[in-house]
Amino acid sequence: MAITREQVLHVAQLARLELGEAELERLTGELGAILDAVSKVAELDLADVPPTSHPLAVVNAWAEDEPHASLPLEDVVRNAPAVEGGLFRVPPTT
Amino acid sequence: MSALVDTLRTTAEEALGLLERGDVSAAELHAAYLDAIGERDGELHAYLRTADYDGASGIPIALKDVISTKGLGTTAGSKILEHYVPVFDATVAARCRESGLSVLGKTNTDEFAMGSSTENSAFGPSRNPWDPSRVPGGSGGGTASAVSAGLAPWGLGSDTGGSIKQPSALCGNVGLRPTYGTVSRYGIVAFASSLDQVGPVAKTVRDTALLYRIVSGRDPSDSTTVELPEAVELPTADRLDGLRVGVPRQAMALEAIEPGVRAAFEHVLRLAEELGARVSECELPISYDYGMPCYYLIAPAEASSNLARYDGVRYGLRSEGETYRAMVERTRDDGFGDEPKRRIMLGTYALSAGYYDAYYGQAQRVRTLLVREHAAAFEDVEVIATPTSPTVAFPIGDKAADPLAMYACDLLTIPSCLAGLPGLSVPCGFSEGLPVGLQLLAPQFGENTLFRAGHALEQALDLDLVPERLR
Repeated sequence: MAITREQVLHVAQLARLELGEAELERLTGELGAILDAVSKVAELDLADVPPTSHPLAVVNAWAEDEPHASLPLEDVVRNAPAVEGGLFRVPPTT
Repeated sequence: MSALVDTLRTTAEEALGLLERGDVSAAELHAAYLDAIGERDGELHAYLRTADYDGASGIPIALKDVISTKGLGTTAGSKILEHYVPVFDATVAARCRESGLSVLGKTNTDEFAMGSSTENSAFGPSRNPWDPSRVPGGSGGGTASAVSAGLAPWGLGSDTGGSIKQPSALCGNVGLRPTYGTVSRYGIVAFASSLDQVGPVAKTVRDTALLYRIVSGRDPSDSTTVELPEAVELPTADRLDGLRVGVPRQAMALEAIEPGVRAAFEHVLRLAEELGARVSECELPISYDYGMPCYYLIAPAEASSNLARYDGVRYGLRSEGETYRAMVERTRDDGFGDEPKRRIMLGTYALSAGYYDAYYGQAQRVRTLLVREHAAAFEDVEVIATPTSPTVAFPIGDKAADPLAMYACDLLTIPSCLAGLPGLSVPCGFSEGLPVGLQLLAPQFGENTLFRAGHALEQALDLDLVPERLR
C-alpha cells in the first residue's frame, strides 16, 4: 500500500505540520512501509463484528452539577507564549 | 552509597519499615536517593530533573515525566513542552503526596510515551543499569532504570501498549499495567486515551501492590475511572495450588522470541507447576497476527487527535509565523520529534475521509475480536502467561532507524492492552546476563490474582535483581 508524496503533503496540511522537503521524502517511504504492515487488518471479514471504542463497559458517567472554583486566571495563562490583558495573543489569521 | 540505607537493595516496604522504626528520617531517605542519583545518573540518565525534599513524611518516589506535578516541570520527553511547568497536580501525583510520598524527580520517557527504548526522548536516551550500552526499554525506561539502579525505591509509569511492562522486564523490575479505568489519568499527558493507563514499577510484587493500592480508585476528574470491586491485597502465599495457567500456543510459535528468553520462560512454567499450578496451552488465534496492526492504527489515530492541542497558543513552544496558521504549523514542525510526527501523520491518514472505514473502523472491529478471544481463553484459565518481551535489552541504536522493528518490541504486550486487561511483568531469570520478564495476564480487575501468582513465583525464584556491575 504505497502512499504518494501528494497524499503525505495533504495529510501534513490536515495535521498542521510544516514539513521540510527532506522530511516529506522520508515520511513518504516510512508511512508506506507502516501502512503495508497495518493493512493486514483488511484480511479479516468483519462485516458482522461491532467496533470497540473503549474497553470498559462504562456508560454515562455524569459528574454532579456542583459549582467549584476553577484555576485563577494568572495560573491559566502562566505557561502561555504570549499574553495580553489576560488573553492568549496569536498572530492574525490572514 | 549512603551510610544509612542501601538504595540498591532496599524495597519500598523495607524503607517504610526504616521510617516507622525511626532508623532514618524522611529527609535522610530522600537525601540518600538524591546521593545515589548524583553518583550514578550521569551515566544512566534516568531522570530529566530531580526535586528537593519538601517536608513529606513518607518514602520517596519517582514519577514518569508524563505525570503533571505542580511547580515541577513536566515535558513528556518533548521539546514542545521543554519549559512547561504544570499549575496543578495529576490525581496520581496528588494521591502520592497525600500518602506522604516524597517526589524525587521526573523520569525520562520516549517523546509522548511513543517508543520502546527511550531513544525517542528529545533529551537523549536513558541507559540500562545492567549494561549501559543497551536500552532500558520504553517508553518508561527512565523509571525502570531508576528503580533497578537504586535511584528510587519505586515509581509510576504509564502504559499504552507496553510502556510499563516492557521496560520493567528489560531492567529486572516488577511492573503493573492495571485494568483500564482503575487509575486516574487526570493530569497525565495524553497519548491514546482508550489505551493509556498509569501503573507502578517496583522491586517486588508486594511493593507493586502497595503502590497500586495508593493510586487506584475512582476519580471524579476522570470519568473513565471506576471504583475497584475488591480491595487490593498484599500477597503472602508461596504456593499456587490449583491455579490454572494458560500459555497461548500462538505466542510460543513466534520466531521473534529469543532462545534465552524462551528458556527462562519455560523454566518459570515448570516452577509454577512445582508450586501447584496447572499449566496448559490456550488459544489466542488473532492476538499475535493482528494485535500489532490493530494497535498501530488505533493508537496513532487517537494520538493525532490528542496531540492537536499543541498549537503554540496556550502553553508550550511557539515558533514565529506571519499568520496564525503559519505559526501553528511551524511550532508543530519545530516542537515534535520524528516519532510523534510519524504517528500524527499515520493517525490523521487513518482517520481521514475515504480511509476511516478501511483503517480505523476496521481496527476497532479487530479490537472486538481481541476482547472476545481473551474472554474465551479466560473461561478455562485464571492467568495467561507469556514472556513480556521477545528479547532482552538491545543495544542503543539497534532499532532506532527502523520504526517497524521498534514497534515489534511490544508484540506480546499489545493484545491485552487493546482488551483493557491488567498485566504484571515479573523478573523470571536471565539471558546473556540480562533480565527476562514473565508477563502474567488476568481478566479485568484481576490484579489480586496477578499479585498472588507473581509473589509466589518471585519467592520461589529468589533472583538477585541488583545489576551485577553495581553489586
